[in-house]
Amino acid sequence: MMADSIVPVKEIEEKAEKMDTDKMWVIMGPQHPFSHGLWTLKVKLDGEIVTDAEPIVGYLHRGWEKETENRTYPKIIPMADRLCYAASMTYTHLYCMTVEKALGIDIPEKAKYIRIVADEVCRINSHLMWLAAVGTDLGNLTVFLWCMREREYFLDLNVKLCGARMTTNFPRIGGVRNDTTELFDRDILRTVQHFEKALWDIIYLIDDSSIFVSRMKGISYITREQAANVGLTGPAMRGCGVDFDLRRDDPYDNYDKIDFEVPVLQEGDSYARYMIRVEEMFQSCEIIKQAVGKIKALGKNAPYRIKTPSRVPAGTAFAKLEDPRGESMMYLVSDGTDKPYRLKVRSPIFVNVSSARLQSVGVRIADVPAVLAQIDMCLGETDR
Amino acid sequence: MVQYTGLSEFICGNPDWIYPNPMLNEYCPFDTYNLAYDLAYKVWEILGGTIAWLINLIWPGNPISSWLIDDPTMVLFALIVFMLLIFMVAFVNVLIVLWMERKCMGRMMDRRGTMIGLKGFLQCVGDGFKTFLKENTIPKKVDKMTYMWTVSLIVGLSVLVACMVPLSQRWYVVNYDSGLLIIMAFFALAPFFILVSGWSQNNKYSLIGGMRAAELMISYEVPMLILIATTALMAGSFNIGDIVYAQNDSLWYFIPQILGFIVFFFCAPAEAERVPFDIAEAEAELVEGWQTEYAGMKWGLIMLADYLRGTVSCGMVVILYLGGWTLPFLGDFSQFTIEGSSGIGYLLAWLPMPELVFILKSYVVFFFMILTRCALARVRTDQILNIGWKVFMPLAVINLVIVLFLRVGGVI
Amino acid sequence: MDSDAVLQKPSVDEITQALKEKFPCVEIKGTAVRRVFAKVPREHIFKICKYIHDNLTFEHCSIVMGIDYVDHMYTVYILTNYYTGTAIELTADIPADDLHIDSVTPIWQGANWHERETWELFGIVFDNHPKLERLLTPKTYEFFPFRKSYKLRGWE
Repeated sequence: MMADSIVPVKEIEEKAEKMDTDKMWVIMGPQHPFSHGLWTLKVKLDGEIVTDAEPIVGYLHRGWEKETENRTYPKIIPMADRLCYAASMTYTHLYCMTVEKALGIDIPEKAKYIRIVADEVCRINSHLMWLAAVGTDLGNLTVFLWCMREREYFLDLNVKLCGARMTTNFPRIGGVRNDTTELFDRDILRTVQHFEKALWDIIYLIDDSSIFVSRMKGISYITREQAANVGLTGPAMRGCGVDFDLRRDDPYDNYDKIDFEVPVLQEGDSYARYMIRVEEMFQSCEIIKQAVGKIKALGKNAPYRIKTPSRVPAGTAFAKLEDPRGESMMYLVSDGTDKPYRLKVRSPIFVNVSSARLQSVGVRIADVPAVLAQIDMCLGETDR
Repeated sequence: MVQYTGLSEFICGNPDWIYPNPMLNEYCPFDTYNLAYDLAYKVWEILGGTIAWLINLIWPGNPISSWLIDDPTMVLFALIVFMLLIFMVAFVNVLIVLWMERKCMGRMMDRRGTMIGLKGFLQCVGDGFKTFLKENTIPKKVDKMTYMWTVSLIVGLSVLVACMVPLSQRWYVVNYDSGLLIIMAFFALAPFFILVSGWSQNNKYSLIGGMRAAELMISYEVPMLILIATTALMAGSFNIGDIVYAQNDSLWYFIPQILGFIVFFFCAPAEAERVPFDIAEAEAELVEGWQTEYAGMKWGLIMLADYLRGTVSCGMVVILYLGGWTLPFLGDFSQFTIEGSSGIGYLLAWLPMPELVFILKSYVVFFFMILTRCALARVRTDQILNIGWKVFMPLAVINLVIVLFLRVGGVI
Repeated sequence: MDSDAVLQKPSVDEITQALKEKFPCVEIKGTAVRRVFAKVPREHIFKICKYIHDNLTFEHCSIVMGIDYVDHMYTVYILTNYYTGTAIELTADIPADDLHIDSVTPIWQGANWHERETWELFGIVFDNHPKLERLLTPKTYEFFPFRKSYKLRGWE
């Protein structure tokens, strides 16, 4: 044995101390059952407890904003559908609203109510998909399948309204593509009535099970100040005690003529954020009922679309909209041609996921999926 | 124990046609009558006899033929067929349980479940073949010896323990006085190899999964062993047959030991690593836990081992609390014999009733495990330890104290 | 009106007045219902944002974005008040030869990724940003793809 090849124990110990060997980085994603899309969460584990986390996105960056600069305004509508498959209606709506703001026009009453109905159907769709994901993340497949079953009815409503299930291509600059089809109001009221009962089944399955509740309650606390500061929006923010909803506090279209409640909880834990979304589904049903009544009251022959010029006057305009996942916003800069000079999208998830560290530090690795499911990840709009 | 003649008569006609009674062979390894061995012996009697006869036709007076029908050779080959038979029963049992789980889960989740052939039963067979055909990939940086050997040991131990559960007094592999302890010992061995396997895979998910398996085993083995000791105390023996007949003589133990029954019913899925206690392979956060790096047939075998362990834990519930292969008023059906009864009695004697009763009872227990799986979410690691040590453990001790009082008071 | 007072629920008029009084350099371009549009010099952006956050209770930074006008660039901030729903749009002009502006991430954590994105797509450097690295595009990129000078293949 050669004596000089032996490294002194002290040196090894010092090296090990520097290397931080009692903790390890675990990379969850991009192909991981929890990630629901292509993104990565690097978590630093001390045993089972997460001590640090870093989200990595960008695998799906398509340059959406740059591509719009080479397309005329109507051509961007189907592109806006593709921002998020679960919330396609709201993004198309948002885009049309932004261009209408830049044009300075007001759309017919009926179109506004049809858009509200379409938005709320979309919101229930999105929330049901989120609830399904929560089920699988907590290790239960029954919730997943029950939610998907209920979601099917709302996709059928989309078909009834505009002929497509997910990428709807329905709102237009200056209104909507078509009027509500025959018997649409009957079908939607039936569906909503059925859904209000069926949702209780799912709630019984989750809330009455102490395992489900104990997996969500009391973990990942976020205070009101933190939530506002990191830019959490939507249900995640309202579960932390911020009493703000764009539909009520900064109303667009005709949301100010509809009577509904904004659920807010002060707890700020994962369970509160879950409760908010479930409660929002009931409120969406309420909104749909009222809006369908208003559409009916406007009569069959009311206009639903107006003609708009193809060129937008030079200037800037922005519109905000309460997406199922939070505050989405588009900022349009036009130079007077028929193509936008710059179109910027604010995606709520893009900001919500940047707070993954705040949400997941301190919880166990088993809870990371359960906590981050409350973001309701959708990579199409995050990376754009 | 009356010798069973029903099924063997069906196979061979008159049992005396070829050979009188396997028990009369002086090399017979069993002290009491064993139905599986009887069937295996008769199957080899026909096969080996035919081979010996054919060889003798070609080369008359050769030594191989006479060796084949020799007494010790007969026992050797009969034991091989016996082992295959025991394994086949366990294997078919697993297929049925798998089919049952998929179908029941489907119905619970408002879908159809498997649909291919025989109400979906052939889907399980097809899935098995599919895993056979898959490419056997091994990651470059695994510790190959440990990687390969641990999976063999895990699967092997599970098969062993599944084969060792007796289906009745006459369908067993070994009939030790400490049979219950041996089964539990083999049952508890697999998590150690899971831990080693997690280390060997050079994968952080597997590592965490292996650690969790060991964690789970430690916290659930203790209450289970206390419960087993309680039952043994009540029956006065560790012999499975004695426990079953003690229940048959007094009453099924789930009535006096209702606490123990509940605790054991929830510990059993933890031992078999099923939802809600499948933290070792929690697919939401650990991909597939300690199985992450196993592909193809290795993964298929692990799946098989999982379900074998599931059936074994159901079998243990049946043995310990639900009267094993006996039914109230009917006992173990030994009062019905082919010769002595007619009508329904003849049918009951002709069918392998105790074995069927045992298997059907374990299916019922498994059905309730499926319901639990459908309704519940996965429990977190710290919660699992809390439930194990702070809820199940005291309940098991209380159960033991109750049984002690009953025993001392002379009630049972 | 005291310029350092904290206004819990500022109306649009109060906001414009407070901004004008406190910062003479701010140019109010216009107002609408729940909207204030202002142009600010880039040297004072941090101070102004700090005032808006602390004294006008604008807790939320909705967006930070860049616009490329070839000879100069804009950064646009849209800030939201959670009590009234009012939004302020701040526009800062940056000359093309000196693409620097103060980061507002120390005020609003939510601006972090917006600023990273703006940097990687437009090349506007946000001083004092905690981690100005590429986020959406690969780490090897050495160009800024959303500038007008970056031509898309197949279009032009």
